[in-house]
Amino acid sequence: MDFEFMQETFLRLLSGVPLTLNLAFTSVAFGAVLAMLIALMRMSGVRVLEAFAKGYVFVFRGSPLLVQIFLIYYGLGQFRPTLQEWGLWSFFREPYWCAILALTLNTGAYASEIFRGGLQAVPAQQVEAARACGMSGFLLFRRITFPIALRQALPAYGSELILMVKATSLASIITMMEITGIAAKLISQTFRAVEVFIVAGAIYLILNFIITRLIMALEWWLSPHLRHPPVPKASVEAVHV
Amino acid sequence: MQQLSYFELIGFGPNGWGNALLIATGMTLAVALCGFIAGAVIGTLVAWAKLSSSIVARSLADGYTTVLRGIPDLLVIYLFYFGGSAALGAIGSLFGAEGFIGMPAFVTGAIAIGIVSGAYQAEVFRGAFQVVSRGELEAARSVGMHRWLMFRRVVAPQVLRYAIPGLGNTWQLILKESALISVTGLVELLRQSHIAAGSTRRPFDFYLTAAILYLLITWVSTTLFQRAETYSMRGIRRAS
Amino acid sequence: MSNGVSMSSPAPAVSVSQLRKSFGSLEVLKGVSLEAREGDVISILGASGSGKSTMLRCINMLEVPDSGDIRIGGELIGLKKGRRGMEPADRSQVDRIRSRVAMVFQSFNLWSHMTILENIIEAPVHVQKRPKAECIEEAEALLAKVGIADKRNSYPSHLSGGQQQRAAIARALAMRPKVMLFDEPTSALDPELVGEVLRVMRSLAEEGRTMLVVTHEMGFARDVSNRVMFLHKGVVEEEGAPQDVFANPKSERFKQFISSHR
Repeated sequence: MDFEFMQETFLRLLSGVPLTLNLAFTSVAFGAVLAMLIALMRMSGVRVLEAFAKGYVFVFRGSPLLVQIFLIYYGLGQFRPTLQEWGLWSFFREPYWCAILALTLNTGAYASEIFRGGLQAVPAQQVEAARACGMSGFLLFRRITFPIALRQALPAYGSELILMVKATSLASIITMMEITGIAAKLISQTFRAVEVFIVAGAIYLILNFIITRLIMALEWWLSPHLRHPPVPKASVEAVHV
Repeated sequence: MQQLSYFELIGFGPNGWGNALLIATGMTLAVALCGFIAGAVIGTLVAWAKLSSSIVARSLADGYTTVLRGIPDLLVIYLFYFGGSAALGAIGSLFGAEGFIGMPAFVTGAIAIGIVSGAYQAEVFRGAFQVVSRGELEAARSVGMHRWLMFRRVVAPQVLRYAIPGLGNTWQLILKESALISVTGLVELLRQSHIAAGSTRRPFDFYLTAAILYLLITWVSTTLFQRAETYSMRGIRRAS
Repeated sequence: MSNGVSMSSPAPAVSVSQLRKSFGSLEVLKGVSLEAREGDVISILGASGSGKSTMLRCINMLEVPDSGDIRIGGELIGLKKGRRGMEPADRSQVDRIRSRVAMVFQSFNLWSHMTILENIIEAPVHVQKRPKAECIEEAEALLAKVGIADKRNSYPSHLSGGQQQRAAIARALAMRPKVMLFDEPTSALDPELVGEVLRVMRSLAEEGRTMLVVTHEMGFARDVSNRVMFLHKGVVEEEGAPQDVFANPKSERFKQFISSHR
């Protein structure tokens, strides 16, 4: 194996990392807000909102992300005059924003189901206890329901983050030069698919590893009640007695 | 030139792309199905390795699933398309052929999907095997079933039953992943839509149609998998 | 049954001698011997951890003993040293012997994806390779015998524990076994369901079947079996006819055991 080539490849692919992370985190941030809205709609008890949320999730989870990207990037070009009139063309002309939009809409659908799962997993007794203390409405949601749900949803949300990092690779098809885009270019120039694949793959695995660790750290930080209490043994026993 | 209406455009008339889209949908299903089957074979072997007592087999299998689930599918497709072509070219040059020999796009697609989905299916099968009751396996051994008979009569039917929901999810993944095969030039649903969009300058109409067709396939296959699940669970008491 | 053995002393149905088995550093069986002639019903008693279930599982090769001989109908089960302790010398011999030694488990272990009838004909058809029609006919007779003829097309999860265990007994009988092993067949049952299973076992004993029964049911041991064996910490502490051992227990531990189980 040609290590000089691989080193060079590594450096060139590294220049795509910022764009990959940029795409992933921007869309995850917007997507989280969207997902929360969809999840709340889905659980609102209002028929129309529920149906909308259900339909939204079905459409964005049931069709390929690449089709969604094409629909936005190429498809909306069909309505260019109208979009220009509305002053939106400068947004839809940019592959970056189209990719962000598609990724956001997509993760919004997936993450809304994760949030819904987390919210449904909040024990009813804990909500009852909060009501008994006089909490209700937004205060109850903010202080009790949401923190518990967040903790429950975190592992699944961690996997979603990794899926999103992988999904950003599709942006390369609409000319974004992130890691996979650069890799594809290198492969077509050098025809050394195996070496480029190994280096690019390693970069993705490292990114995923870091993200997994960060999520684990966050999980640990958010669940002090599951940690061993850092108190002397005697007092632990006293509590148990 | 007068604008065609949407239904003329995707219909089966003289200017319609209906036929082409239908054939392309068939291609999508074919490549997805081949990939699914390849993935099932790989997944079974990898799950078996994961459950084996050999440390080497276990770590190889774990490595495989970790890597394949952490790397973008597109990258794997590039590897098989370009890498496979390079390998073919090398073999070809031994026999005097010159230049670039393209790996057949269908084969590339099915292999890439098989390799990627194999990692997911391995986890599905492993999880399903762990649900099979140890006592039932012991009962099978106690009546003198040898390994293969036990696998065929007791393990496989139960693993399959527990694996149906997971396999359903994997199938959905594969279906969506098959759209990526369009980068190799295979004329499946997305590629055909791309071609039609280019030649008619009506990209929105065609990508929308593609999306609808994908959703239709998703909906039908979800229903089928749910039926299969209900049928297979007929012997199981629902936790009420 | 005359392969070189004289008629006056037929080979015992099961004979175990000096059986030893350890799990890690824990020695569960420390040289146990047992002999069951045809028609014997032997109750094996003992506290949990005494090694009684392990002994039964060794006879069916679900556990491979570290040393000692096991003979089924006079045929010695061959063992050899493997990479991880002992292992059977000949897998096909083990399969053949297993299809003559049927086991009934504490937790029934019916195959959950098959109906009761399918459970019963599975081994006769696929292991013993008998004609399916004949097996179905026999299975129906067995189901009637254990009193669940109406459950032939139900799945195990739709049956009560007592019914499941009776189905499991029918499954064992369908193999036309020479010996039946029962591993605490009533321990997982609700008290009100124990009786129906014991009734079936009693009728099998009355037919003259050879049975080894690991149990906590003193009534069964006293009234149905013709021999009782008490294991303690991997050795046989007391053995004999039930009327003798229950009336005059020699071992202090067996006395305690009887009084605590009554």
